[in-house]
Amino acid sequence: MTLALATNEHLANLSNTLIYSSMAVYTLAFFAYIAEWIFGSRSKVARTASALTAEAPRAAEAPAVAVKQAGGTAVLERPKVVTRAAAGARDVPDGPGAHGGDEQGDLYGRIAVSLTVLSFLVELAGVIARAASVQRAPWGNMYEFSITFSTVAVGVYLALLALKKNVRWIGLFLITTVLLDLGLAVTVLYTASDQLVPALHSYWLIIHVSTAIFCGAVLYVGAVATLAYLFKDSYENKLAGGGKPGRFATSVMERLPSSASLDKFAYRVNAAVFPLWTFTIIAGAIWAGDAWGRYWGWDPKETWAFITWVAYACYLHARSTAGWKGRKAAYIALVAFACYLFNYYGVNLFVGGMHSYAGVK
Amino acid sequence: MSDTRSTDVHSETTDTPADTGTSTDKDLTEAGSRLSTAPVETAMPGSFGGSRAPGALGWISWTAREVIGWARWFWRQLTSMRVALLLLFLLSLGAIPGSLIPQSGTNAMAVQAFKDAHDVRGPLYDRLGLFHVYSSVWFSSIYILLFVSLIGCIVPRAWQFVGQLRSRPPGAPRRLERLPAYATWRTDAAPEEVRAAALKALRQRRFRAHVTGDAVAAEKGYLREAGNLLFHVALVVMLVAFAWGQLYKSEGNKLIIEGDGFANTLTQYDDFKSGNLFTADDLVPYSFTLRDFTGTYERTGPNKGTPRTFKADLTYSEGAYGKEKKTTVRVNQPLHVGDSKVYLVNHGYAPVVTVRDGKGKVVFHDAVPMLPLDANVTSQGAIQVRDGYRNAKGEKEQLGFGAIFVPTFAGAGQGSMFSQFPAADNPVLAVNAYHGDLGVNAGVPSNVYQLNTKNLKQFKGADGKILKARLAPGQTMKLPGGYGSITFEKQVKEWAGFQIVQQPGSGWALGGALAAILGLAGSLFIPRRRVWVRATTGADGATVVEMAGLGRSESAKLPEELGDLAALVHDQAPTKTADPDADPDREPDAASHVPAAEGVQTK
Ligand code: HEM
Repeated sequence: MTLALATNEHLANLSNTLIYSSMAVYTLAFFAYIAEWIFGSRSKVARTASALTAEAPRAAEAPAVAVKQAGGTAVLERPKVVTRAAAGARDVPDGPGAHGGDEQGDLYGRIAVSLTVLSFLVELAGVIARAASVQRAPWGNMYEFSITFSTVAVGVYLALLALKKNVRWIGLFLITTVLLDLGLAVTVLYTASDQLVPALHSYWLIIHVSTAIFCGAVLYVGAVATLAYLFKDSYENKLAGGGKPGRFATSVMERLPSSASLDKFAYRVNAAVFPLWTFTIIAGAIWAGDAWGRYWGWDPKETWAFITWVAYACYLHARSTAGWKGRKAAYIALVAFACYLFNYYGVNLFVGGMHSYAGVK
Repeated sequence: MSDTRSTDVHSETTDTPADTGTSTDKDLTEAGSRLSTAPVETAMPGSFGGSRAPGALGWISWTAREVIGWARWFWRQLTSMRVALLLLFLLSLGAIPGSLIPQSGTNAMAVQAFKDAHDVRGPLYDRLGLFHVYSSVWFSSIYILLFVSLIGCIVPRAWQFVGQLRSRPPGAPRRLERLPAYATWRTDAAPEEVRAAALKALRQRRFRAHVTGDAVAAEKGYLREAGNLLFHVALVVMLVAFAWGQLYKSEGNKLIIEGDGFANTLTQYDDFKSGNLFTADDLVPYSFTLRDFTGTYERTGPNKGTPRTFKADLTYSEGAYGKEKKTTVRVNQPLHVGDSKVYLVNHGYAPVVTVRDGKGKVVFHDAVPMLPLDANVTSQGAIQVRDGYRNAKGEKEQLGFGAIFVPTFAGAGQGSMFSQFPAADNPVLAVNAYHGDLGVNAGVPSNVYQLNTKNLKQFKGADGKILKARLAPGQTMKLPGGYGSITFEKQVKEWAGFQIVQQPGSGWALGGALAAILGLAGSLFIPRRRVWVRATTGADGATVVEMAGLGRSESAKLPEELGDLAALVHDQAPTKTADPDADPDREPDAASHVPAAEGVQTK
């Protein structure tokens, strides 16, 4: 008994050390991302403007059959597919990313990603140590929820990178918020290692909360892309209208993917996770049915999960109705994510209800 | 290759050079038509009645036209995407106040406190139904309108979808190179051969394909629409199941002391609530006995006193004469019997007490449940001796004892009757005593945890002060004047509070929810797309093959898929070897394919 307790405390302390270490490494990654952006600003490209003002379509759009030259004789390969944006959409090429094609910038970007991987692993170890110290899933209070959430968010980012998606530019923004989240977690939200009250003993809790955290992390990436879309879209609009954006805006915006790519990416991310979010709410309802005798009772947490769900449903609906594509739909997506955040911070800290197990006094 | 268009058989009569742009746009719109069943927005009306014939008959028919016209207009508005979106917005907005203002359904006390604290806002909120948002008229009307809109939307969409399944994909647009994905090459194979190869390749890939004119038209991904319809239908199922559950549900509470039992009939409940359509016959017949309740608590550390386990061991039997079975109910693990679920919701202590009369005869011996007041289970209760008691003079009378019970007493001389810990480590029962009329026989429901002291006289001690004592297990308090005594026996039982809920339709709600997820996944992950393959004879006698793809949503997979299909067709109709276009060093001349006048993609 005493021995077990001692091990637990040892693990809990180890977890705290790991979390602090990961914050240190995240900080290094943060500076590396900044260096990437700074070095990247040396390259001056104005692809957007030239694409927007070009008279003739780009040569690459002309159809051709790709032919491979092998030992003098031409070996025919599959016909080449030419793609173009849907009618009415702008055909702007994607920016090269934060490094802006600058070699040194790219180097710092790679360093930043490596550091992110490292700090992710350290933080993950911290979360696992925490879980081991309390002998349960590490999300019994807001401190644990926060450290798990940031770990998963970084994990999603790294997974998208591994899938060769054009997301490295998100890095700086992501690490900044991760540092904020962790800072808040270790100061305001910190709760000592503790077991759960009986109402939280349920495997539905594990399913419900883990999917909620994963959805949040993915929705967060979607929200950042949406925000970037809004900025990039204004930038492109300004250029298309003959305006001249400032130097800083030009430098940053030229390196981001095109607004059409950002919009599409944000939509895909949000749409892909929406069924899982639906499932999360249903799993929560099943858990509530087991714990409190009713599967839906309009508890504030349930209500806000519902509001978030409806807001995302609005967004998807708006996208499928032609008139609401683009900026308007993007605003809905941001409101929907704000609802998610409010459900996490706002409801736990200010509203309460039966879900108030935040552990913050 | 600019000769491709000259052989196009899809010539439109309205195709004048001046409006090539708009006519191709129309052409493209046609190609993308019926790719979904989303309703089209219709224009606003003027007057529906039209011109009015003279006389009463004229007025009647005009009014009828007018009424029907407006009704149809209203219906169309209600079932339009725009209004559906608006209602969805309103629904989420409307849900917000209920999460911020206390609700009478979940926390009636907080509502009262709010009303007491706010003289102006209290009545106003009350009038607006803000204390019961989710059953208020305005909230209900939003979701009822939404669901009417939903049904009004599903039915025509389902018909449309059936129509699409029975019809064939539309023919190829004239300008295939303007579609999102496009490939072309020239071959020696005859156009018919190319089309046959394309048809075969497409059907292999499970496209619905057919030849129209000089092209093959194909479509795939109908499951997207099916999924979408399934999702919206599932929403309706969920709502109906929820409403059904509310109407037929029943919910009651029962406090059971260890060793006691319960049979599921109305009379056995301590309190009972039910939906409007519930009848007593709907109760599932079964009975159970509480064998043992166990609660454990954190003993050390900052969370000392926090509950760790609560469990109730039950013996139950289904039906009137079912076989006895054993089970354990925990906070998260209710007992399921048919539609009925038994939840463990609270617990407390029931000290065993004996009351004797002046002659020493036992007039009361029972475990008395005490109601917890705080987290450490400081509890309050009343011991009521209702009949069988006669006082020293031999008169019939009743006895009552007000009691405070603490499972862990701080120790003699230390503080008040507040429990220090939730487990029964050092139980103490504090009592005072009354005699007279308990006021329980008048047929008025009475509180078993509190004495009605209106017709009771409190016992006084020899010193003239109120008689009271703190009893440890085994101790007795004597009542003055030969009235008898009360003993706290060396036994403290525990009781468990159960909530027994019956909510039919939850199976349907769950089924609906799962179908919704399935449908949603189909609707979001399955791309619906069309592919056209056109083979025509060029000016030089070679066959020009053109392939193009169009999706409902811009999918990254579309060009990839088109490439795969093109490779399949290309195997059967390889590129003409002497083709100058096949020269890899030559940059294809863009202008020859897309005349500048039509380069509208860079808007
Ligand atoms: C309870 C309210 C509703 C909810 C929660 C809801 C939710 C959704 C969601 C999440 C989607 C996205 C799936 C996708 O993009 O394929 C969707 C699509 C769609 N909804 Fe609804 N919907 C509701 C009511 C309605 C109503 C009333 C209508 C008709 C006016 C409607 C018509 C459609 C159509 C046509 C689509 C598919 C568009 C497409 O083909 O992409 N929905 N709905």
